[in-house]
Amino acid sequence: MDKKKLGYWLFFIALFLGPLYLTEFRLALLGKFLCFALVALGICLIWGYTGILSLGHGVYFGLGAYCTAMYLKLEAAGGTLPDFMEWSGVTALPAFWQPFSNPVFALSASLLIPALLAAMLGFLTFKNRIKGVYFSLISQAVVVVFVTLFVAKQDWTGGTNGLTNFTTFLGFSLASPLVQIVLYLMTVLILGASFTLAAALTKSRAGRVLSAVRDGENRVRFLGFNPTSYKVFVYSLSAALAGLAGTLFVLQVGLISPAMMGIIPSIEMVLWVAVGGRYSLIGAVLGAIVVNSAKSFFSESYPDIWSIFLGLLFIIVVMFLPNGIVGAVNSWNEKRVKSKRKGGTADAADSVVS
Amino acid sequence: MQPILSCRDVKVSFNGFQALQGVDLAVYPQEVRFLIGPNGAGKTTLLDVICGKTKASGGEVVYRETENIRKLQEHEIVRLGITRKFQAPSVFTNLTVLENLELSLKQKRSLWAVMRAKLTKEDEEKMDAMLHRIGLTEQRHQPAGILAHGQKQWLEIGMQLMQEPEILLLDEPIAGMSETERYKTGELIHGISKTCAILIVEHDMEFVRNFSKQVTVMHEGRVLCEGTMAEIQQNEQVAEVYLGRRDSAC
Repeated sequence: MDKKKLGYWLFFIALFLGPLYLTEFRLALLGKFLCFALVALGICLIWGYTGILSLGHGVYFGLGAYCTAMYLKLEAAGGTLPDFMEWSGVTALPAFWQPFSNPVFALSASLLIPALLAAMLGFLTFKNRIKGVYFSLISQAVVVVFVTLFVAKQDWTGGTNGLTNFTTFLGFSLASPLVQIVLYLMTVLILGASFTLAAALTKSRAGRVLSAVRDGENRVRFLGFNPTSYKVFVYSLSAALAGLAGTLFVLQVGLISPAMMGIIPSIEMVLWVAVGGRYSLIGAVLGAIVVNSAKSFFSESYPDIWSIFLGLLFIIVVMFLPNGIVGAVNSWNEKRVKSKRKGGTADAADSVVS
Repeated sequence: MQPILSCRDVKVSFNGFQALQGVDLAVYPQEVRFLIGPNGAGKTTLLDVICGKTKASGGEVVYRETENIRKLQEHEIVRLGITRKFQAPSVFTNLTVLENLELSLKQKRSLWAVMRAKLTKEDEEKMDAMLHRIGLTEQRHQPAGILAHGQKQWLEIGMQLMQEPEILLLDEPIAGMSETERYKTGELIHGISKTCAILIVEHDMEFVRNFSKQVTVMHEGRVLCEGTMAEIQQNEQVAEVYLGRRDSAC
């Protein structure tokens, strides 16, 4: 157990020291992957621990990113209209844009809007006992609605191009390497804090209720728990994590567009978790980093056929590692422990249990 | 004595099929009441109505003479003190035996309370006592999924008891059990009846004979008659619909 904890510490320290051994380009990539890892953490909570498959986390990621991007856009415009609005012939800033000139409002909104939207959707679906594949389909439909809306309202959202051309964040130039390093370090810290929080949640009694909901929701009702509130909470929490990831993403990448919150990214997010191991928080984090690293490695080395390699990776995981990388490592470890004990007395088997 | 639970003219229909056609039943505190009847008589449906899984289309289910629980949700009914054990064992297979019991403790079940909940000394003592009572002390750290069938049934009964219910609903608790397991379960039920009322659906006539005081016979969605096992064996109607086939069935 302590070995595990030590491993987590080493992993996060290695991430934190990234600026010392990575080039500016690689650091920017890793920073982006860590935002994705934050999304994966939320998906692991809701899918791995609670058994609810959401195929719509792109929306929450996107909403978080757009909230922050609106602030960045207004800061870049410096009192005038954002550039894309002028091109669309808008003459005055829409009322709903105005509060986003306040960074505190924009950053809180990037957490709260995804969380509230998820809470609302979750309450309506879970209260009416819509679950399984029906919930997944509804979550996909939400993605389609939002992407269509964001593309169509070009004068308010920047349309297909999304929001980009930012200059500063709270007065600091986003082009400066130092600012980017600070943003990277913040991302590592936030990921570490969220990881600790999520781990504490899964280890608490509430965490056991969540996995009980996964294994037998009706049984949970007959123990006097109302599964609806637990499911709404975990859905809302994972949406907030995705929103937070969106904020960190847009600050480091400098762009958010409807294509990044669409159906394909939403499904990809689930794939990261599947590859890493859906029943393990660290698995989800590693999955996001591994899959995205593989993606950029393949696309750099084999620009023509990289997507085939990626597809192959997914097939291998689904066919041979049903519980992801971490699941495979765990069962391999168990096997090793068992074969070590082989030939021991019967007591040895008992002590595994106790 | 006042009944702790009364069903009055309870009706249930599934797509026009009248599963219950007006059932009246009173259960008294600390009573072991057996529900018997041929297949399709509506015994399990009646349990479903009481615990809130199926909503009745008419009549009322009154708890403690005052509260009509017909329209409450399952978890609200459980919090009042009515718990249900289903026919198929349904324990949480990925949690350990101990964790299963922990979730079943009588506790504040709101999200906020459960997130901060810690095991107290008292909780641990209760869980230890229950492990001993259901004979699973040695298996406490095993995942519930690898227990034997009978052990799962006991664990589930234990989980119901941890909630300190007023009424326990059991649906064929001994189905699929061996002879010794049946006997042990009977003893367990007998012990439980000192603290709460039990309503049991059971098909095994020998088990009913050994452990029952009052038996209610249901047939085609209605209560046919009530009485001791000796009394209902004398009832001609019962013999006609049910016990007449005893030679082949039991």
